[in-house]
Amino acid sequence: MLLKTEGLGITFGGLKAVDAVDFEVERGTVAAIIGPNGAGKSTFFNLVSGFYRPTSGHVTLEDEEITNLPAHRTVRSGMARTFQTTNLFKESSALDNVIVGHRVRTRSNIFDAIFRTPRSRRENRQCRDRAMEALSFVGVDHLADRTVGSLPQEAQKRISIALALATDPKIVLLDEPAAGVNNEETQGLMDLIRKMVEHDYTVCLVEHKMGMIMGLADKIMVLNYGQKIAEGPPEEIQADESVIEAYLGAEEEGEEDA
Amino acid sequence: MQVLSRHWRKLALAVVLLVALLIPLFIDNQYLLGLIMLAYIWAIAAYGLNVLLGYTGQLTLAHAGFFGIGAYTVGILTVNYGFPFWPSLLLAVVFASVLGFLIGIFALRTQNEYFAIFTLGVGFVIFLVIERWESFTGGSLGLIGVPYPEGLGPIQFEGPEQLYYLILAFLVLTIYVAASIAHSLVGRSFIAIRNSPDLAMAAGINVGRTKQLAFTISTAIAGLSGGLYATYIGFLGPAIVNVPTTFEILLYLLVGGMGSLSGPLIGAFLVTTIFEYFQQFEAYRLVIFGPVVILLIIFFPRGLAGLWGELEARVRRSPEKEAEGREEPSREEVR
Repeated sequence: MLLKTEGLGITFGGLKAVDAVDFEVERGTVAAIIGPNGAGKSTFFNLVSGFYRPTSGHVTLEDEEITNLPAHRTVRSGMARTFQTTNLFKESSALDNVIVGHRVRTRSNIFDAIFRTPRSRRENRQCRDRAMEALSFVGVDHLADRTVGSLPQEAQKRISIALALATDPKIVLLDEPAAGVNNEETQGLMDLIRKMVEHDYTVCLVEHKMGMIMGLADKIMVLNYGQKIAEGPPEEIQADESVIEAYLGAEEEGEEDA
Repeated sequence: MQVLSRHWRKLALAVVLLVALLIPLFIDNQYLLGLIMLAYIWAIAAYGLNVLLGYTGQLTLAHAGFFGIGAYTVGILTVNYGFPFWPSLLLAVVFASVLGFLIGIFALRTQNEYFAIFTLGVGFVIFLVIERWESFTGGSLGLIGVPYPEGLGPIQFEGPEQLYYLILAFLVLTIYVAASIAHSLVGRSFIAIRNSPDLAMAAGINVGRTKQLAFTISTAIAGLSGGLYATYIGFLGPAIVNVPTTFEILLYLLVGGMGSLSGPLIGAFLVTTIFEYFQQFEAYRLVIFGPVVILLIIFFPRGLAGLWGELEARVRRSPEKEAEGREEPSREEVR
C-alpha cells in the first residue's frame, strides 16, 4: 500500500470536517474521491499533504509515518499536489514556474548561491533539465518560454501538473484537475493521467466530472459530511444506494456527463 | 535574440561601471561627489530591502532600524571605544544580522499586513532605544567624529575620493551578491514564496526557514549600509534610524522597481538627486513628490526597471508572435 490513512479526521470548532476516514491507495493506480460540495474532499487532501494538521488518525506513505509532517516535508517524502485554482505565477514563463519544483531534491544553500559554487551551478542545471522533462511529459514543452498568464486554462493545468512532477513524487494528488476546461480538453487531461500511471506514478484525484472519474479510477471513495459513505470500483459505486441518495440531495452536482 | 540581449546587458553594465569609476576624476565639486556617495549607500540599503520585499514579498518596516544598528555599531565602537573602523564594520554586519535573525523568529510568525505592523513596531523600538540611551548612544545629541577607515595596505582613505571608491566597491559587491542570489535556487525559493506561499509549500519549500533567511540577509545588508553611512557622514543622530528613513528606502525601491537587480540603484540615484534638485522648494518638495509617486505606482507598478523590462519583452515578443499565427490573446493585447 502506497498511501494509507487510518481514522483520519479534523475538527473545526466542533464541526467534523473530515471524520475518521480509512483510505488506501495502491501503487500504480488511480484513486478518486467524490462527494457533494463541502463533503470534505479538499480538506482530506489538505490533511494528507500536511497543509492541515489532523486532530485524529494517521497518514502513512510507503509505511513512513507522515501524519504530523509540515507540508514541505511531505513533498520530500514523495507526495505532490495541485490546487483547485491554478495559482501559478502568471507573469513568469512556464519553465520558471516549474524549475522551483525540483528545488526540494537539491541541497545548495545560500553560500553556494553567493559564491556561485560548482554545486550551485550543477543543481541549477539539474532543476532546469528536470523542469523541461516534466513540461515535455505533460506535453507543453513548446510553451516553456511563454508567460503563463497568456496561456489557455488547459495549458496552465498541465503546467501545474508539471510542477508537481518536478518534485519527483511517488504519489500526486490532483484537486479538480479538469475544472474549467471543456470536454475535449478533459479527454486530453485524462490521457495525461493515464500516461502518468503508465510511468509508475500513483494518482489520487478529487473531481466533479463523473465521466472522468468513471473512466479513470481504479477505486472511488465517496465522502459526505466528512464521512466515508462508500468505497469501491466505479461499477459498484454507481449502483450504491447511499451514494445515489447523497447526490440526490445536491442535484446540481455531477450530472453533467455521467 | 536572448543571447544578444545578454551581451547588450553586459556591455551596459561595463559602461555604467566605467562611468562610476571615472566620476571622481571629472567631478571637482565635493558636494556633488558626496551626494553620489550617499546615493550609493542608500542603494545598498535598498538592495537589502529588495531581498525581503522585492524577491520574497515580505514588507518590512524595520529596515531603518537595522540600518541604524549598523551605523551605531560603527559609531559607538570607533568613537567611544577607539576601535578601528574595519572590525567595527564587520561587527556592524554581524550585529545587524544576528539581531535580524532573532527578531525574525518572532516577526515572521505574523503575515502580510501584520508583519508590516510588527516590524514597524520593531523599527520604532530600535529608534527609541538609540534616542533614549544617552550614555551609550549620545541620545539626541548624537555621536560626533566617526573616523574615516584606516588604510588598507597601499590604499589610504584621506579624502572623499578614496572613500568614494570604497563605497563603490561595497555597492558592486552588494549587487554581485544580490545577482548571485537572484539567479540561484535560493532566489527561486524566495520568488516562489512571493508568488504564492501555498504553492511554494506544495513545491517542498520550507517557507518559514526561507523567509527567515531572506530577513537575515536583508538586515545584514542594512547593517553594512549603516556602517558605511557612519564613516561617510562622520556624525550620527537618532533621526536617521527613525521610521521615515524606512519609507525613504521603500521609495527608492518603488521608483526603481521591486524584485529587479537594477531597481534599487536606479531608484536610490534618481530619488536622491531629484530630492536634492527640489531642495529649493524645501518642505513643498514632498507635495510635488507625493503625486509623482502615486502616478508611478498606478502606471508603473514595477518601477522604472519594470518599465524597461516590459519594453524589452515587447520588442522580443513581436517577431515570434507573427511566426506562430494562431494564439490566445495575451493580457497586454486585450488591454
